[in-house]
Amino acid sequence: MSKVMKIQGDIDSGIKGILRNLLESGKVEAVFAVGDSGDGKSYFLVTDPAKLDGIRPLLPFMPENAANLLSRLTSGDTISGKIAVVIKPCELRAFAELVKREQAERDNFIFISPVCGGALNFDIYNSGALENALPEYWKAFFAGENPADIRPTCAACEHFVPMNADITVFPDKDGCELFLNTDAAVELFKNKSSDMSEGEFDSNRIEKLKTARKAEREKLFDELKLEDMQIKGLIDVFGRCLGCHGCSSVCPICYCALCAFDTKENEFQPPVFENELSRRGAMRVPPNTVFFHLGRITHMSISCVGCGMCADVCPVDIPVASIFTRVGDAVQKVFDYIPGSDFEEPVPLSTFIEDELAEVEE
Amino acid sequence: MTAKQKEEFTPNIIGFLCNWCTYTGADLAGTSRLQYPPSILPIRVMCSSRVDPLFLVSAILRGADAVLVGGCHPGDCHYSEGNYYTRRRFAMMKKIFDTFGLESERIRLSWISASEGPRFAQVVTEYTDKIKDLGPNKIANEVFL
Repeated sequence: MSKVMKIQGDIDSGIKGILRNLLESGKVEAVFAVGDSGDGKSYFLVTDPAKLDGIRPLLPFMPENAANLLSRLTSGDTISGKIAVVIKPCELRAFAELVKREQAERDNFIFISPVCGGALNFDIYNSGALENALPEYWKAFFAGENPADIRPTCAACEHFVPMNADITVFPDKDGCELFLNTDAAVELFKNKSSDMSEGEFDSNRIEKLKTARKAEREKLFDELKLEDMQIKGLIDVFGRCLGCHGCSSVCPICYCALCAFDTKENEFQPPVFENELSRRGAMRVPPNTVFFHLGRITHMSISCVGCGMCADVCPVDIPVASIFTRVGDAVQKVFDYIPGSDFEEPVPLSTFIEDELAEVEE
Repeated sequence: MTAKQKEEFTPNIIGFLCNWCTYTGADLAGTSRLQYPPSILPIRVMCSSRVDPLFLVSAILRGADAVLVGGCHPGDCHYSEGNYYTRRRFAMMKKIFDTFGLESERIRLSWISASEGPRFAQVVTEYTDKIKDLGPNKIANEVFL
């Protein structure tokens, strides 16, 4: 049971009021949230309360996985001064993974994260229909249903209730409920303790959405039929890949400044071409497309949070996110691991138990 | 595959062998004049945990029929705990291969100590047989990779 505060007002203005108060009272130095950016959307840092107008904290859209950005903000050091960060549950989980991999610092962030209905996809965004889709989106979400036009991996996401948020936002028809989960959060609203009560989520809505998501997840995984793929299937799926590596550059888990697959190391030297040709009689140029994707899977599947960025940026519509989420799910189950579920539990590949996995050795 | 084809097929098995245990074990098998099939191409690594999972993917995609990773028994790692990490990575790799319906039998992890020359010969013989039954790696003929 956490402390609950009810805020009136529509989706955008309620939370924005809270953020404005926090900035004006000096309890936080800055706000990090998504907002209007010309014709598009992107993340912003704001310190001046007067410049919060374009901020749309609960907009159901992910222009970039914020974990990437927060990692950049704190690279090598913690940030001074508190920042209120409004991000989606999967972004927060990805951020936790980066902290565990020593790619980001958690200190001085106050995490505000909503119970998430999913992110609207880039097709809607690119066609200019994002704003028009919002009324229907919220209507479905308030009814505990999956909204239309969200990312396939969002519709199949079971972790839509944030796991490490200081403040969980539960949007509803007539305003939002704020659940203050940590001491730091309670401290921020000390002077408003009269507005607080003890409470819990509307579990009916959560359960209803959870059931829908579960069904969708099974359907998504079944339809992929990965087990039947084999090398032929991999070639079919990745045959369209242009090799732009967009999927890895937007992936929050792919944090390497210089990706192994972008180095000279990964280039074939002429003798290797000759050798391959002498054995196969033909080869794709450039080679290593399947290798890139399988390789990326070995690097990030253990921590994949299924945010869906990779599929949305893919110029040739390869369902990368669905595939990686499916493999991630399988690999994570081996170690009974939910990526980003907390900031302390080590990433399974960086730790071990002496007496385990005897079946792996022959 | 017919029995004759099976007889004529010598698999290419890439062996990543840890310097302190399995490679020394292989050495012992040799100096003890133990017989085993000439199917394994040994690559000496300082520790089984030096074997990047990408090595396995790369070897299989480039057409190796199988990959054998050999390390010290758990608890005996020269670097105390390297092989424990290998084991976790291997569990992940097996799962990834299985999830895509790739033949996960083509990757194998075995603990063979420096004194286990006979075990090394036995593992190679047994694994070669298994890969012979499985047949050549079809990925070797794919042109799009």
